[in-house]
Amino acid sequence: MLSVPIETQIMFAGILFFLGLVGVLVRRNLVFMLMSIEVMFNSAGLVFIIAARHWNQPDGQVMFIFILAVTAVEVAIGLALILQIYHHYKTLDVDAINKLKDNK
Amino acid sequence: MNVFFYIAATVAIFSTVMAISGRNAIHALLYLILSLLAISVVFYLLDAPFIAALEVIIYAGAIMVLFIFVTMMLNIGLEEKIEKKWLNPQMWIIPSILAVILMLDLIFALKSIPAIPVEEKGIMPKQVGISLFSTYLPAVEIAGILLMAGVIGAYHLGSQKKKVTHRFLEKK
Amino acid sequence: METFIALIPAIPLFSFLILALFGKKLSRKVAGFIGAGSVGVVALLTLIVAAEFFKSLPGIKSYSVVLWEWINAGNLKVNIAFRLDALSLVFAFVVTFVGFLIHLYSIGFMAKDEGFTRFFAYMNLFVASMLILVLADNILLMYLGWEGVGLCSYLLIGFWYKVPANGYAARKAFIITRIGDTAMIIGIFILFLNFGTFNIQEMMQLASENWVAGSSVAVLTAALLLGGALGKSAQLPLQTWLPDAMAGPSPVSALIHAATMVTAGVYLVARTHVLFSLAPIVQSAIAVIGALTLLIAGFSALTQHDLKRILAYSTISQIGYMFLALGVGAWSAAVFHFMIHAFFKALLFLGAGIVILVLHEEHDIFKMGGLRKKMPVVFITFLIGAASLSALPLITAGFYSKDEILWYAFSSPKGSLLLWIAGIVGAFLTALYSFRMIFITFYGKAKTEPAFKAGKLMTVPLMVLAVLSLIGGFVEMPDSFGNIHPFSDLIENTLPAIVLKAGASQELLFQLLSAIIALTGIYLAYLLYFKKSAFAESFSQTWIYKFFYKGWGFDKLYDSLFVKPIVWLAEIDKNDFIDWWSIGLSRLTLFVNRLISPTQNGKLRWYLMSFVIGIALILTYMIYK
Repeated sequence: MLSVPIETQIMFAGILFFLGLVGVLVRRNLVFMLMSIEVMFNSAGLVFIIAARHWNQPDGQVMFIFILAVTAVEVAIGLALILQIYHHYKTLDVDAINKLKDNK
Repeated sequence: MNVFFYIAATVAIFSTVMAISGRNAIHALLYLILSLLAISVVFYLLDAPFIAALEVIIYAGAIMVLFIFVTMMLNIGLEEKIEKKWLNPQMWIIPSILAVILMLDLIFALKSIPAIPVEEKGIMPKQVGISLFSTYLPAVEIAGILLMAGVIGAYHLGSQKKKVTHRFLEKK
Repeated sequence: METFIALIPAIPLFSFLILALFGKKLSRKVAGFIGAGSVGVVALLTLIVAAEFFKSLPGIKSYSVVLWEWINAGNLKVNIAFRLDALSLVFAFVVTFVGFLIHLYSIGFMAKDEGFTRFFAYMNLFVASMLILVLADNILLMYLGWEGVGLCSYLLIGFWYKVPANGYAARKAFIITRIGDTAMIIGIFILFLNFGTFNIQEMMQLASENWVAGSSVAVLTAALLLGGALGKSAQLPLQTWLPDAMAGPSPVSALIHAATMVTAGVYLVARTHVLFSLAPIVQSAIAVIGALTLLIAGFSALTQHDLKRILAYSTISQIGYMFLALGVGAWSAAVFHFMIHAFFKALLFLGAGIVILVLHEEHDIFKMGGLRKKMPVVFITFLIGAASLSALPLITAGFYSKDEILWYAFSSPKGSLLLWIAGIVGAFLTALYSFRMIFITFYGKAKTEPAFKAGKLMTVPLMVLAVLSLIGGFVEMPDSFGNIHPFSDLIENTLPAIVLKAGASQELLFQLLSAIIALTGIYLAYLLYFKKSAFAESFSQTWIYKFFYKGWGFDKLYDSLFVKPIVWLAEIDKNDFIDWWSIGLSRLTLFVNRLISPTQNGKLRWYLMSFVIGIALILTYMIYK
């Protein structure tokens, strides 16, 4: 039985989350940004599992399964979009996609 | 038992750091897979063996593989020099500061809740299954529809139609 | 009877609607038929109504017909109601009858004009508004007609709108009459405030009961209403618009600016005479204004070159006579002169119209001449009109009407010798300029050849009006000629009778004097302009001649007094800084937009960073609370 204090567990998940956040902010390549978002998703799921164990309810694990499904779809569509962007802009630099800027 | 948790946690954190700061795309993805495996270990330690298996199969096995496919298709690994240019150290300062601030907030928030003693009992996968298909059945169906929407969307978005200009608009 | 009275303003209004809505689809013949025919029908109706009215005298003095309720709001009740009494009957008769003749003339005059249907639509609207004005039971409805005629005057002066100068003249007329109208509506408000009703008869009744003669509220109200009358009738100080209004077609000048609209002021004063009796100082002011105006306009008319401008100044002068009569309390004399003046002035304008049309739009009388042999019908009718204007003794109607005014200017209790002298000098000037006009235009060598002969449609109305200008005076013979005065008998059913001041001397003496003066004026004109004396030439170069020519400098005065300061103020406000108060908000919004829009630079990472910063701040704030 694991007896690590719960704060530590959540802290661990938090560290992972913030690492993913930093990754999103820092990287300029679209694929890497998507990857960092994956890290964030994963750490959020981790918190659910931690909570499920803490409160002895299966709901957390069920929630994680749903998160998994959503993540899968999101990655699929995100990558499809990235493919389109690459074919259109010939680069994966996220700063190249600024057509929505205010034209003043 | 605790020591395994700490080892797995350290491995996960280390490999995540390597993943997000990697210059080579494939290397970064591989580090990420490693991180996911470490987290899967943590899941197992947290009395969720089914979830641990799912993590490996779906997350590391399908999603990351999808990433690797796209990376190979777009030849991102060849752009190492550009990545190097983009990732100069001073870029990391402000995000790191923000992350630290948020971390401190998290710590503070965690410390301020009173500790609740909980009796630890394990959760069997059977319980998860029953809960999934009785209480959360509508959600399962909706997730199925979502997956189908994802498939259709990905198909359409991924297709490249050749641009056909009307013969009157073609340049002579 | 009541239906006929209600139909009188309604028929021209209806034909206006038809012409305005369907004018494009109607042929000229049909449009002319509708336009002139409606006024003809109304003229006939007026005659029938008049016959009925005479039959029921002296028992029934007025007829009222209420059509429907116009406004009903709290204690304000106003109806669309018409009232026919002697005064409104005379005015309606003149408007419809002379109006009909002018409409017939217009069919011929405007035959080649492209705005034919538009013209008749406007003219019918004018006739309808004027009839509403004179038949209105309450002063609000009268104001409706008042504004309606002002609008039609604007539309018709600027009828040939492609020439900018016509538009300016129309605008000038409208703005100056608007000044008078504003004074009038304030006066109406004061009346309503005091009496709670707009009905004229009730107002006059209440005024005579409640207001003390000479009280400040009576004086104020009377003065304000007088302001309205002065604007519409082009008297001092609002007379500058009428000469410029000659930019409109000649039938318009004949109908609006000779016979009917400019006499609306006379009608107003006569209708509300009770108020003016309660404010003697205002009534004296009317007389003085009338006297001054007739002199100023008379001198100006002497120096004009443009045929229609002579007639315009002459109109101002003759209305001055009417105001003079009103001011001394000679009500029936004023109305009588109004009727006779309508006849001969319309005649003169219509004749002038033919002359101008036939001479290829030539307006300058010094470029005309010798038309006596070439246009005999026009010459004779024009001569009759000018003779009536000059009050040629005994045979013209103008003699009887003008003579009556002169007599009452002296002998009425409010009259004085000074007023009589002003009137006499004015009569002299009138004779002088009228025959100057005749001699220069119709005698001498022909400087421009007439292009064609005028048709019957144009000349027959001239002949009818000429006959009326001769015999119209016989309905009001002075006492010294046999005491027949059916006209003043008629008028005295509505307006008070004229009293002579005690010990007034013989009328005959004054009649002789005015006859002699008129003949002297004609003779002087003969000497100066028929014989072509050098004196006339040298006189025309003097400073005083130029002063009279410019209408005694009123235009210049108003320009420097009113126009230039406003233009100067507009210059200061060139950048519209006053507008800043109203558009400041929009400018502020745009400014803030320009400040903030760089945050929408389309860069994803920028947005993400702003998310995270926001989250950090909010979480920190929440946790540390």
